[in-house]
Amino acid sequence: MRTDNLIPMIGVVTEIRQDTPDIKTFRVEKPEGGKCFEHMPGQCAMLSIPGVGEAMFSITSSPTVKDYQEFSIKKCGCLTEWLHAMEPGQQIMIRGPFGKHFPVEDALKGKDLLFIAGGVGLAPLHSVINYVLDNRDDYGKVDIVYGSRSKDDLLDIDEIQSSWMDPANRMDVHLTIDRPQEGWDGHVAFVPTYVEELGFDPNKTVLVCGPPIMIKFVLQALTKLGFQKEQVYTTMELRMKCGLGKCGRCNIGDKYVCKDGPVFRFDELDELPSEY
Amino acid sequence: MKKLSLNSLNQWLEGIAGERRVIAPIEAADQVNYGVWTPDSKIRLDALRTVKSAKDAFFPQVENMMNFRAEGKNLSVEMIDPKAEDFVILGVKACDARSFDILDRVFLSDPYDPFYAARREHATVVTLACGRPDENCFCVNFGIDPADPKGDATMWIVDDTLYLRANTEKGEALVKDLEDADDAAVKAQQAKTREVAEKLPFARLNLKGFDGDHLMEKFNDPHWAELSRACLGCGTCTFVCPTCQCYDIRDFDTGHGVQRYRCWDSCMYSDFTLMAHGTNRPTQVERFRQRFMHKLIYFPSNNEGMYSCVGCGRCLAKCPQNLNIVKVIKALGGDEA
Repeated sequence: MRTDNLIPMIGVVTEIRQDTPDIKTFRVEKPEGGKCFEHMPGQCAMLSIPGVGEAMFSITSSPTVKDYQEFSIKKCGCLTEWLHAMEPGQQIMIRGPFGKHFPVEDALKGKDLLFIAGGVGLAPLHSVINYVLDNRDDYGKVDIVYGSRSKDDLLDIDEIQSSWMDPANRMDVHLTIDRPQEGWDGHVAFVPTYVEELGFDPNKTVLVCGPPIMIKFVLQALTKLGFQKEQVYTTMELRMKCGLGKCGRCNIGDKYVCKDGPVFRFDELDELPSEY
Repeated sequence: MKKLSLNSLNQWLEGIAGERRVIAPIEAADQVNYGVWTPDSKIRLDALRTVKSAKDAFFPQVENMMNFRAEGKNLSVEMIDPKAEDFVILGVKACDARSFDILDRVFLSDPYDPFYAARREHATVVTLACGRPDENCFCVNFGIDPADPKGDATMWIVDDTLYLRANTEKGEALVKDLEDADDAAVKAQQAKTREVAEKLPFARLNLKGFDGDHLMEKFNDPHWAELSRACLGCGTCTFVCPTCQCYDIRDFDTGHGVQRYRCWDSCMYSDFTLMAHGTNRPTQVERFRQRFMHKLIYFPSNNEGMYSCVGCGRCLAKCPQNLNIVKVIKALGGDEA
């Protein structure tokens, strides 16, 4: 590993998409073009604006995308306000990749996969889903359950409809929103309820990400359906400064989310304090 | 073994200081702390405990890591060269000397910290054996021998004589020109110090069960609420602690550019883990528990049983509410062994 990994490199924001009223997706490349670094699905990177601050974000794009990395970021704090105010062509600082990725090359291979996401929780799973799509024959049946507050808050809806729902890609996508809304004829339910209604076969491997409260109830729903904790993966997020397991703030018990995570299996989390 | 009359201490230090910085316990404003020695300094080798620990020598309270410049939409970054200059840190007690081993586990493990590593490489550590440990000392619980600290060279003060033993080549270079001595006086003092250290009130804390195997049991211990009730969250314990190393990374806009610096932080502060959506340690109970769980369970679990406490007694001396790690160990460890 590099020894100067506290020192970021320069990245250019080449494209900004307004995905939902409070989520934008930022495409980042090296100034001379090309990806800033290689990563695996589920890994994160530190983005910063000098003078404003630095924070950890999951990498939204799949590693199979060769030319750039993307980050879907919700406006919710100081740094994210600044990021949302940026214009294409602007440079930012970036360092990474950090953390352990989803086991796409071993434990997930050949398995039937069930992705469950809520709101901006789709961002880290987006990377895995597109990786699976690009290596479609390596995996079994794929189901995606995705929900948000309203239809306007569904992230990546164009891509979901044009690519993930394309029958050629052999993925079943189940969308839901929390409350009925004009112009929405799809399902209306909270994600955990919908998961239970859909009644998945408990031999699937599950990847779940969303608000902590959603994850908690999804886990209960999965348990009812007969899933074991060993089958369920999630990705965590805690405040971080270094990304190297040294600054001392993202630990859950004796594990650091930045280097031992962010991807954990639920049976692993069970052995740790529930301080997250 | 070499020796030097304490009357000649300044002369010897002047010789060393000619080539490099000497950091030593120095009295200023009625406090003894590590500082840069000059011939005018009031050096206090006799002080048992500096107020702040010796960690600043390697992990300063604030340090710049890089500078940014912005021109239009473009940025540039320049890393601060971590190249440190040779220095000697002198008078380090056994507890603080052990704290360097603990900090090494953090900063020199992969990926190593270039700023810390450069300072470690350029330092010569000269330790000083304790002549009279006091009632706040409990280093012996962690296998530390206050009468024979490690380092590049070790010193003992017996009456008006400073005895010195080189432990490494760096240490040898410092003491080689001094007068030879026999070690009888040192041996006698060591026996006395060890006898005193073993009899101190906190010399026999029960550390059984403070390990990774008991992580959940200790985390869920009902005593945490009561133990932390008086905690003000002032962070004093973490600032005087030789092993506390949590840091923050922040930006400062100088008007001509942006400096990104690292500074000490404290897990006792309410905003330490605060995120846009809230914090995972919402009350002082969780913050207090985090600090002690880290020292007594999490760190040992990741470092072959090495505790992240050296028994220096600074938190006992400095907490305004008289909270400290000894009380925690006693409450969670059951009866004294």
